[in-house]
Amino acid sequence: MTITEKIIANHAGRERVTPGDNVWIDVDVLMTHDVCGPPTIQIFKREFGETAQVWDKNKLVIMPDHYIFTTNHHANRNVDILRDFAAEQTLPHFYDVGTDRYKGVCHIGLAEEGFNRPGITLFGTDSHTCTSGAFGLFSTGVGNTDAALIMGTGKIWVKVPETMRFVFEGALPPYLMAKDLILAIIGDIGCDGGTYRTMEFDGEAVYDLDMQERMTLCNMAIEGGAKNGIIAPDEVTFEYVRQRTSEAFEPVYGDADARFHSERVYDVSTMEPIVAKPHSPDNKATVSEVAGTKLDRAYVGSCTGGKLEDFQAAARILRGQEVAVETYIVPATTEIARQLHEVTLGGDTLYDIFINAGCQIGKSSCAACLGGPPDTFGRTHNTEVVISTTNRNFPGRMGSKQASVYLASPLTVAASACTGVITDPREVLV
Amino acid sequence: MKEIIRGLAYVVGNNIDTDQIIPAEHLVYSLTKPDERRLYGRFALCGVPVAEQGLPYGERPFTQPDAYKSEYTIVIGGTNFGCGSSREHAPFALQEAGCEAVVAESYARIFYRNSVDGGFVVPFESRTRLVDKIRTGDDVEIDTKLAQLTNHTTGEVFLLNPLGDVADILKAGNVFEYARQAGLMPS
Ligand code: SF4
Repeated sequence: MTITEKIIANHAGRERVTPGDNVWIDVDVLMTHDVCGPPTIQIFKREFGETAQVWDKNKLVIMPDHYIFTTNHHANRNVDILRDFAAEQTLPHFYDVGTDRYKGVCHIGLAEEGFNRPGITLFGTDSHTCTSGAFGLFSTGVGNTDAALIMGTGKIWVKVPETMRFVFEGALPPYLMAKDLILAIIGDIGCDGGTYRTMEFDGEAVYDLDMQERMTLCNMAIEGGAKNGIIAPDEVTFEYVRQRTSEAFEPVYGDADARFHSERVYDVSTMEPIVAKPHSPDNKATVSEVAGTKLDRAYVGSCTGGKLEDFQAAARILRGQEVAVETYIVPATTEIARQLHEVTLGGDTLYDIFINAGCQIGKSSCAACLGGPPDTFGRTHNTEVVISTTNRNFPGRMGSKQASVYLASPLTVAASACTGVITDPREVLV
Repeated sequence: MKEIIRGLAYVVGNNIDTDQIIPAEHLVYSLTKPDERRLYGRFALCGVPVAEQGLPYGERPFTQPDAYKSEYTIVIGGTNFGCGSSREHAPFALQEAGCEAVVAESYARIFYRNSVDGGFVVPFESRTRLVDKIRTGDDVEIDTKLAQLTNHTTGEVFLLNPLGDVADILKAGNVFEYARQAGLMPS
């Protein structure tokens, strides 16, 4: 069995499972946020009763993150609904807006707060819940109905997915990041190439990555249509998890004779920086193919491109430079926002590097990654051409249907921000 | 699940993502308050680029600008229908507009699952590409038992893939009814 099949079998109380089997499994963590939490709660109450208790308080995590810093009253009401529910159920893992506990983007918050532990099953009402698979666990996004069923019973049905294996060999050159690798895969298999399947990442270049970059890989498994992304855990994983939680966990590994749907091998030493052109994450081009494209805006943020390492990469290029187009910086979580003030490069904090370069820095949340209400930080309103470290560039995703969004690594975005046109990071990296 | 679903077809292309089905800015309305809930019907499929709204013609909104219900009952799509976010508001918005079934060449899995588990719309897979064979406004009928679609406007009949395992959930109404019947949840 593959690692995914084994985790599912363990949680279904079975010796083994085979791709295609429909099984009911136990859920270790359920996560929800401000957009899908309120309707989930409403369905939970409708089905289990007004006074029903959630199946296990310690396993439910609520992290509002989508529409936070807005005056939109519908959006603010959603956070109120979460607040009332958390109080009524005395939930220990509610990360309320306006308190010290507020985290920001849920997928990174789950990692920072120690909820991502190897071997577990984790479901969330957000398609990028597959991010957590970077920790060697089974995680996937579900709708509100499925989440409400989990809230009441701790169980859910899954169809066991076949696994596609992606192996990255060689040592990653300094101008490439995990974002380039995953954009290459999505371009190659298409945005439905992984539908119903698992994307498992393997190979020396993957194990050389730290947890943040591994999360970038798994985050975009859904952009290939996959059910989950997964990376077997190693010492790097254990080290990260031990710093964040004292809870025990049992790592799971695939068998030597595991069967895969397919395998693709990449030699990272010969790969180039990649972008996804408008309006689909699988619309792949090398940066050199689109170099010179005029831009109006650059954006570094989101669960996939707003982690400390993403800002460190951007700062390598922006230090001592001035941006040529408006450039937005949105740390995914409040912990990362703090780190921008603490972590330095060449004696300057990342925060100062960005401010001196003329960037605008926003508060931790999803912000313009998904458009949001008109007053959202960094949202497009017009025909802007944007280069962004986010994960989706569908029409209207960042707000305006007329805008065009290129997806790229933080290195490529920063290089392009400096010149105002799409620029290969190799041209500016020293 | 009805045995026969009949009404006007609304045709769209490939990769209809959840932002096109219901743009993110509209996700804030209550799903229970009737005066807000109906807004999901008004804005269903409003994110589809205007030139592709109602193929092969274009510029035919799914729901008229001041209406809450659509005149179309069956949505015909290409590959990877419902890709993008996990928002259950997507199949819900279609249902709220009055849509009963989607027939697409393939689906993104979360949309498919949401449609089934919530009992919002019946997601059929077509065996061939119907986007080029059916026009927006054609009078079509799905026999859910036979898994077959008849275009009464042209007289053509197309086979659909049988629903398989999920038919039991659709028959029960939604996943909760199914779980109750299976003894997984107290009734
Ligand atoms: S940052 Fe973007 S992709 Fe990530 S959870 Fe928020 S909206 Fe979704």
